Amino acid sequence: MTTPNPFHESEAAAKARRMRSIAIAVALAAFVILVFVVTITRLGGHVADSAHL
Amino acid sequence: MFKPKIPELAPAGVAVAAPARWQDYVQLLKPRVMSLVVFTALTGLLAARVPVNPVLGFVAVLCIAIGAGASGALNMWYDADIDIRMRRTRNRPVPSGRVQPSDALGLGVTLSLFAVTIMILAINLLAAALLAFTIVFYAVVYTMWLKRSTPQNIVIGGLAGALPPVIGWAAATGTVPLNAWLLCAIIFLWTPPHFWALSLYTTSDYAMAGVPMMPVVRGAKSTRRQILVYSFLLVAAAVAPAFTGLGGVLYLAIAGVGGLVFIALAAILALSKAGDVTENQSSGLYEVKTGVKSARNLFAYSIGYLFAMFAALLIEALAHLPALTL
Repeated sequence: MTTPNPFHESEAAAKARRMRSIAIAVALAAFVILVFVVTITRLGGHVADSAHL
Repeated sequence: MFKPKIPELAPAGVAVAAPARWQDYVQLLKPRVMSLVVFTALTGLLAARVPVNPVLGFVAVLCIAIGAGASGALNMWYDADIDIRMRRTRNRPVPSGRVQPSDALGLGVTLSLFAVTIMILAINLLAAALLAFTIVFYAVVYTMWLKRSTPQNIVIGGLAGALPPVIGWAAATGTVPLNAWLLCAIIFLWTPPHFWALSLYTTSDYAMAGVPMMPVVRGAKSTRRQILVYSFLLVAAAVAPAFTGLGGVLYLAIAGVGGLVFIALAAILALSKAGDVTENQSSGLYEVKTGVKSARNLFAYSIGYLFAMFAALLIEALAHLPALTL
């Protein structure tokens, strides 16, 4: 007689969890890119501006 | 103090144990409202007619959209107990049991902080402050207080939906002049006739949920009369940009001619029996009942009218068409 696995996850639940994980990963990657692009844009030409050195 | 009453049971036929899909979290953000917010915020940003870095302009609109989505998630978290009682809202992620209330709350708070923080760092403090005010106003003042306590809920609460073009303008210029507030006034005065027209044919739903919408509290006749009054105020505000150097010929034509049609539809509605309690009431939520067609017509037209006015401003700004100063 086998004991039912309390951590058993249905196929639908596993797929939903996997897709949620991917969505979070995409959101995090988008956040990193956003911060990078904004930083570069805000710095712009000021990086090479000798007046700020 | 502000803890919502979460329904204990999901409605019949809904699988409580259904796993949350990522689309459920997107639904929490009210994407249709977000799209309208993006449109009006972009109009405010471009109607300011100052050079805007496209990347920063995109980030500003993104922050406003995320802030609006966060407000939607907080609204769905708090309103789960009344959402479950209305046919229009009972299948939302929280009342249907697909998303935990705490998850909706967490998503709303996290996205609010994200949107405001990025707005501070990337754009300017004024735009960030206006965005933070809008989120708090919608989530706390409207959702937690006004919605359940006064038939003026959507009138005052409408300010939250009216502010995105002001935030867009602030993001572009760092200031909020009269013309920015005119855009706000147009949406603010548009909200009551728009939502009350809808509520005239969804009255039973709001009554069932205990939400004191105008037709529920004051009756359909009073609501129809108030819709007409607000329609006059709306059209007056709508043509004003042609006198302040904001709108051009295209805008004036749409706001003026479209406004006359708006008033005509509101007058037809005022003379109708829309929303009156009759025998043999149908139970279909959006089924057109006798006399309700005029309410439905105004509701549909109001969406097109607002869209057309803001689209005209957007086109004039993008095409560098001159604004009128009558």
